[in-house]
Amino acid sequence: MSDIQYLPGKEPHPCEYRMIFKNIDRAGWDPSIDCYLNDGGYEQLKKAIKMEPQAITNEVKASGLRGRGGAGFPTGVKWGFIPPNNTKPVYLICNCDESEPGTFKDRYIVHQDPHQLLEGMIISCFAVGAHTAYIYMREEFPEAATIMEKAIEEARAKNLVGNDVLGSGFDLEIYIHRGAGAYICGEETGLIESLEGKRPYPRIKPPYFPAALGLYMAPTIVNNVESLCHVKHIIEMGGGGYAQLGVARNTGTRILCVSGDVQKPGYYEVEVGKITMGELLNDVCGGPKEGRTFKACIPGGSSAKILRCDESFTIGQGDAEQSLSFFDIPMDFDTIAACGSMAGSGGVIVIDDSRKISWILNNLNSFYAHESCGQCTPCREGSMWMKKISDRIVGGHATPDDIQTLEDVAYQIDGRTVCAFGEASSWPVEAIISKFRDELTAETSEDNDDLSEEAKIQLQFISQ
Amino acid sequence: MDTPTTFPPFAVTAEIDADADESISHYPADKKRSAVLPLLHIIQRNFGFISKDATLWVAEKLGLEPMQVHEVVSFYPGLREHAPGKYHFRVCRTLSCAMAGSAELMDRLCELTGIDRSQSDSHHNPIAVSPCGQWSVEFAECLASCGTGPVCMVNDDFHEEIPADKAQELLNQYKA
Repeated sequence: MSDIQYLPGKEPHPCEYRMIFKNIDRAGWDPSIDCYLNDGGYEQLKKAIKMEPQAITNEVKASGLRGRGGAGFPTGVKWGFIPPNNTKPVYLICNCDESEPGTFKDRYIVHQDPHQLLEGMIISCFAVGAHTAYIYMREEFPEAATIMEKAIEEARAKNLVGNDVLGSGFDLEIYIHRGAGAYICGEETGLIESLEGKRPYPRIKPPYFPAALGLYMAPTIVNNVESLCHVKHIIEMGGGGYAQLGVARNTGTRILCVSGDVQKPGYYEVEVGKITMGELLNDVCGGPKEGRTFKACIPGGSSAKILRCDESFTIGQGDAEQSLSFFDIPMDFDTIAACGSMAGSGGVIVIDDSRKISWILNNLNSFYAHESCGQCTPCREGSMWMKKISDRIVGGHATPDDIQTLEDVAYQIDGRTVCAFGEASSWPVEAIISKFRDELTAETSEDNDDLSEEAKIQLQFISQ
Repeated sequence: MDTPTTFPPFAVTAEIDADADESISHYPADKKRSAVLPLLHIIQRNFGFISKDATLWVAEKLGLEPMQVHEVVSFYPGLREHAPGKYHFRVCRTLSCAMAGSAELMDRLCELTGIDRSQSDSHHNPIAVSPCGQWSVEFAECLASCGTGPVCMVNDDFHEEIPADKAQELLNQYKA
């Protein structure tokens, strides 16, 4: 690893552990298969294809790998949900719909290191018995679609994809399926509906767990790009070896994407839980911008609940109880969850004291109002109402009661929808109100008319 | 829709038909419906948007009701029912890019191309076209490059770190 050179200005920070991003911004690197093979590429596939498929799944289980798309569900356990007596074809789908605001990691893998993803996918397909795999790629990655198509053809020419992969008797076809700009397609059951040629309305779980009833009602494994890349490294290191990286129950590395008000935004691959929020923001990202202080942070993609930078948290119970300041939070799944938010997709959005929280809230509400698929009433209507209210706050037309109304609407969405979009859209509102209520209220006025323009029109009719 | 368009009218060529058949082959023979999005992408790439005739052709090609195609066309922000400009700009509107100044970039692009966005909204009429038909703009939601905002796409090209004062420079790359 030490002889790897990176492009000037793109060198990894010393505290990084580059595994998935080993080849990103690497000097002399290109996405061709020759470049990948010269670097030892596809050796893990050669090793895996001689293993029993169940043994691969066992290694992935032993590695403790948790999905990198957002939910953090153990990947090996997910694979194990395929019914044992299944007689239908099994599908594997790579979720490359990267669309959670704040997240920008998969983009670099599919543009710069397509064969790492393919190797991870082929091993995973072999492990779960999938002979057809789709890469669901967001429409906004046209160049990546071309690169991946080319990579698949290169792999086919080397007998790594197609019939009888490496003489093992295992057949596999991989296709690119391009989305069309809808955030909801990142939700795995919405993605499956989209792949079936329909509107991407998510399916309810149970019974539609994709591993049992997925694409075409057949067992389907949907994994994030980064998760599938990890599989290759798990084969290389062994599940137990991989589990040495990171901390207990939060193993391996993960790519943290930092954006917003820091000196050096960017992507940083670190061992899970081995770096704190303070180290990430102050040391790795160079601290706040000139003359500014950190105000708040969204730690895991826009759907994660916001944290205040002056907050402290009490986590654990009994003897394990401890108090943590915001900057002490280790970047793992469990501690961030214990602090009331989530590690999600690894997208860290940093907000400094130059920003009004109402403006942040309104931007997020606009996103969710635009992206709600419209299937469930609480989300379809609620996300629009939340945007209307935050429009009023930002525009200076809100009354203090509006804050309460906004909060009420949010709490009537979460838990009442088919998919997690309901939580994704309402958690930011709930958290911003609970942590910045005073700041929001200060932007409202009792003197404002408490009737919206629509309410006034409505009154003309009902007061007659 | 009196704006002049730079795209040819919808007409199926042998090449487009072959492309469509190739896409259909990616899915099980009895699951042709899966090829709706790929076929719509082929049409949009060639003709700029999805016309009613194109919708009917896709339905016939896949053995679907026209409504089953239209409900897809009308759902996805990435599929258009009207012609954009020859150069279509999609500016990321979401949080990190907004913090980096994407609204200012959008305003500047409109100013420089003479585009009036006052009639646009995010849901029903997202695209605004310049009077000459060469340029069009649209706000897109998160383009997944939050660390290098503001970002935008021009047709299939991706551009990062484009603050408003670089808008002219960007336009110069796409002289009409």
